[in-house]
Amino acid sequence: MRVSEKIIEGLLWLSAVITVLVTIGIIWVLLSESIGFFREVSLVEFLTEKEWTPLFANKKFGIMPLVAGTLLTTFVAIAVALPLGLTIAIYLNEYAHARMRQVVKPLLEVLATIPTVVYGFFALTVVTPFLQQFIPGLAGFNALSAGIVMGIMIIPMISSLSEDAISSVPRSLREAAYGMGSTRLQTSFGVMVPAASSGIVVSVILAISRAVGETMIVAVAAGQQPRLTLNPLVPIETITTYIVQVSMGDVPQGSLEYKTIFAAGITLFVFTFALNNLSFWIKRKYQEKYD
Amino acid sequence: MTNSELNRLKDKAFQVFGIFCTFIGLVVLGIFLIDIIIEGSRRLDWDFLTSLPSRRASKAGIMTAWVGTLWILVLTTLIALPLGVAAGLYLEEYGKKSRWGDFLEINIANLAGVPSIIYGLLGLEIFVRQMRLGSSLLAGALTLSLLILPIIIVTTREAIKAVPRSIRDGSYALGASKWQTVWNQVLPAAFGSILTGIILALSRAVGETAPLIVIGALAYVPFTPSSPLDEFTVLPIQIFNWTSRPQAAFLENAAAAIIVLLVITFLLNGLAVYLRNRQQRKIKW
Repeated sequence: MRVSEKIIEGLLWLSAVITVLVTIGIIWVLLSESIGFFREVSLVEFLTEKEWTPLFANKKFGIMPLVAGTLLTTFVAIAVALPLGLTIAIYLNEYAHARMRQVVKPLLEVLATIPTVVYGFFALTVVTPFLQQFIPGLAGFNALSAGIVMGIMIIPMISSLSEDAISSVPRSLREAAYGMGSTRLQTSFGVMVPAASSGIVVSVILAISRAVGETMIVAVAAGQQPRLTLNPLVPIETITTYIVQVSMGDVPQGSLEYKTIFAAGITLFVFTFALNNLSFWIKRKYQEKYD
Repeated sequence: MTNSELNRLKDKAFQVFGIFCTFIGLVVLGIFLIDIIIEGSRRLDWDFLTSLPSRRASKAGIMTAWVGTLWILVLTTLIALPLGVAAGLYLEEYGKKSRWGDFLEINIANLAGVPSIIYGLLGLEIFVRQMRLGSSLLAGALTLSLLILPIIIVTTREAIKAVPRSIRDGSYALGASKWQTVWNQVLPAAFGSILTGIILALSRAVGETAPLIVIGALAYVPFTPSSPLDEFTVLPIQIFNWTSRPQAAFLENAAAAIIVLLVITFLLNGLAVYLRNRQQRKIKW
């Protein structure tokens, strides 16, 4: 009896350890393949060269255009999702009836369950043609449509997490504000949002991390032209799109081109890892505690 | 206008703005769904569901794609379910409140934030190359299992946490061992919520495209897979492939395939919501 209990506990332990092995595996795979890459391409070139053309005859290995494309789509996405998401969180918390909240919240979360390749289709076939009516210079593939649609996808993430943060602010603070004669708007922005600020910041950082790693929307709608630009109207390429592009081609295993996807992957991993840990740290350190 | 009137006006204005923001997302969602249905329903018929892929848009179907999706669903469940539940059980019942437990917890939180395409790179190197599985269903299912593992672990832990202490104490008082308590009392009580979490995780896996592209799943597979070691395609990859072609006829095909994919995704999510509601009504500790 004791022995079998121990064996079972061992098996359970092993399952938990697999999660650690996954992390080690990710880091090992990214490092070992990109070390091969950095033997042939210097880190300085990787970080400072302004062109990314590893698939051309004249090879240049500057990650900056891909990083710029990634940051551009992310910026557009957050510019859409943050004001909308935060307003929705405040509205649902302070203004909406409980019944309405019960109906609207799950409906909004449907936005998050739609596969991202479907959003990509939406960006390409609906949003881009729509925007082209107002913005004549808008290319068929562009960072703007991809970013906007990514923002729509991220709305429920920001609104849900921010709403959780706002609703965990104790009633007494809200009542004190109303007791002073504040309107709902003043209570929201003067008391609730500042009190919930750490939670809101965490939601935004997680949303940024999500947008940086998002793949299919940008792969479908943003184009495949790595360029160092801040102009959202032209085709760009993100880190994730580049990995998809190479994965679909016939790049021979072990070649320098093959290793570029791991170099791009480790760049992506460093970004999202830093963001996720930052949010984790803020949550631990600054989460306001009321009792 | 006095100051307080102005403030009340601002308050009203924000309320209107709030309603506007809340509904704009839903309106966009509605427009999109209607657009897809109009666009795709023209192509969606029995032939479309039972035809093999083709280079001609009007003859192409999604037979291999949805069969591949079903295979992936079943294999991923078989791999991720026992692993995730076991890991969740360990963390909640055995490895709690130690430095090691803290470390595991932070690690899982981090894994949940790793972009899915990175899991693709992991799968490509470990399963496709090192384990020599090739771009097979099994390699794809293993990759997706690792991807959804954090979700399953977290929901399993929440479900187990919700089982009250008294149930365990009662079992121990009757002389049951730890595992007997877990297996006969805790797990059955938490099963409903665990199932909900697993279905949600699977609905996520069904829509995943990027990691499967990275491990080399193909868009053009002219046969339906018959074993886990066969090459495969899935609906999202088929959609991606059709979307990236210039001809309008292929876009129509993509829209029709999206309807099928969304039906699967919404069915899974609906099932999860239904189970959750039933669970909440049934159990009153």
